[in-house]
Amino acid sequence: MDPLLRIVDLHKSFGALEVLKGVSIDVAKGEKLSIIGPSGSGKTTLLRCVNYLEKPTAGHIYVDGTLIGEKQVNGKFVHLSDRELARERAEIGFVFQRFNLFPHLTALDNVAVAPRRVLGLARAEAEVQAMAMLEKVGLAHKASEYPERLSGGQQQRVAIARVLAMQPKLMLFDEATSALDPELIGEVLKVIRELAEEGRTMLVVTHEIQFAAEVSDRVIFMDAGQIVEQGPPERILKNPAHERTRLFLRQILER
Amino acid sequence: MLEFWTKLWQWLPEILPVLWFATGMTVRVTIGALAVALAFGLVVALMRISPIRPIRYLALLYTDVMRGTPALVQLFIIYFGLSDLGLEFDPVSAAIVGLGMNGAAYAGEIYRAGIEAIHKGQLEASLSLGMTPLKAMRFIILPQAVRIMLPPLCNYAILLVKDTAIISTIAAPEIMFEARRLVQATFMHSISGQIYLLCAIFYLALTLPLSYVAQRLERARQRWH
Repeated sequence: MDPLLRIVDLHKSFGALEVLKGVSIDVAKGEKLSIIGPSGSGKTTLLRCVNYLEKPTAGHIYVDGTLIGEKQVNGKFVHLSDRELARERAEIGFVFQRFNLFPHLTALDNVAVAPRRVLGLARAEAEVQAMAMLEKVGLAHKASEYPERLSGGQQQRVAIARVLAMQPKLMLFDEATSALDPELIGEVLKVIRELAEEGRTMLVVTHEIQFAAEVSDRVIFMDAGQIVEQGPPERILKNPAHERTRLFLRQILER
Repeated sequence: MLEFWTKLWQWLPEILPVLWFATGMTVRVTIGALAVALAFGLVVALMRISPIRPIRYLALLYTDVMRGTPALVQLFIIYFGLSDLGLEFDPVSAAIVGLGMNGAAYAGEIYRAGIEAIHKGQLEASLSLGMTPLKAMRFIILPQAVRIMLPPLCNYAILLVKDTAIISTIAAPEIMFEARRLVQATFMHSISGQIYLLCAIFYLALTLPLSYVAQRLERARQRWH
């Protein structure tokens, strides 16, 4: 079976700085993949390239067989228009480190706004669905609150509900718990774990090694813009083949 | 000192109706120029954040020229200069167009600053949910930016009310023009001080409510409920 996500030889440079030096990953439908690595290793940039928040310098991304952000015209790759790109992004959920909830909308409207404005759902229909999504992340009782009245953990759960409402084929988590106070991390991880158990396809960039070990089918260790090694979590996390991976895990676990 | 006030009192029935009607003209020109400035300013702002470089530069040039030259000079160019080229404006239209085009440069900057003050994560979140940049602007960025823009726009409106005084130079019958006409009428030159004091009071009556609104908006702008 074709992979749901195919990343082919991805390169990304910011000016003279080469952040991704040729990364290729296939993710099967329903697979949970965690990416770990030191800061500056390029894992967040990789994730942002998948839905074209960053334009790759070279390489290609396919989701469900569809080329992302580009199309082929007479054998040449050209960038998509804003409208075409938006249609592709609607199927890829992105959970940000800093939540990025819309402060002028209630929790319910945060979740309902994209189904209404992007998918064209009627208000009532979008709100019923949004309520169900808030229910799923345990925040139905906060539906009418504005983001500033919610804790960080609650905000991130609303952000996850907002992504779920678009029924994405693929979910990307960019260090979804890194901006949270320690006591709030658990509630967000619990929601992500439940999503993993539903068989969703997820790509998770994380510093939570223990969490990565529990929920992932596969762990990738990245350093300096390249994949150093990958494999089942028990092998990568307990018995890594590379010295760099061992060093990184020791630093993380000795905190 | 007492004579100052008794004289004013004596002539008040002559002066007040004139200034009252002139105030109507000042309000008309202010509202007209404000409408032009707000609408055209949005075009200028969107041009300034356009991804296409020549469009950005064109808007920047417009902003710099309009802010870098006196409004009075711009007004004379529109009223006297264009009429030499066969494009005739009556004083009121020239005033509305002149002050409006001038204001578009300021309003454009206020819009742009408001849009750019919204954290880029808001745009990214909108795009990642499948919105086009235009939808993101309309449903996510602008509703937030408006809160940031309103207080400075209010301040601009206050400046505009006062700037309408310069259109007395092209004989638009607003407060300042009528006041000077009164003073020049032979029997009133002895009470010019009183008349201009009344002018100040009329302008203040227009600007004070705006100041109040600006302050309220300033206080409200960080809260979302």
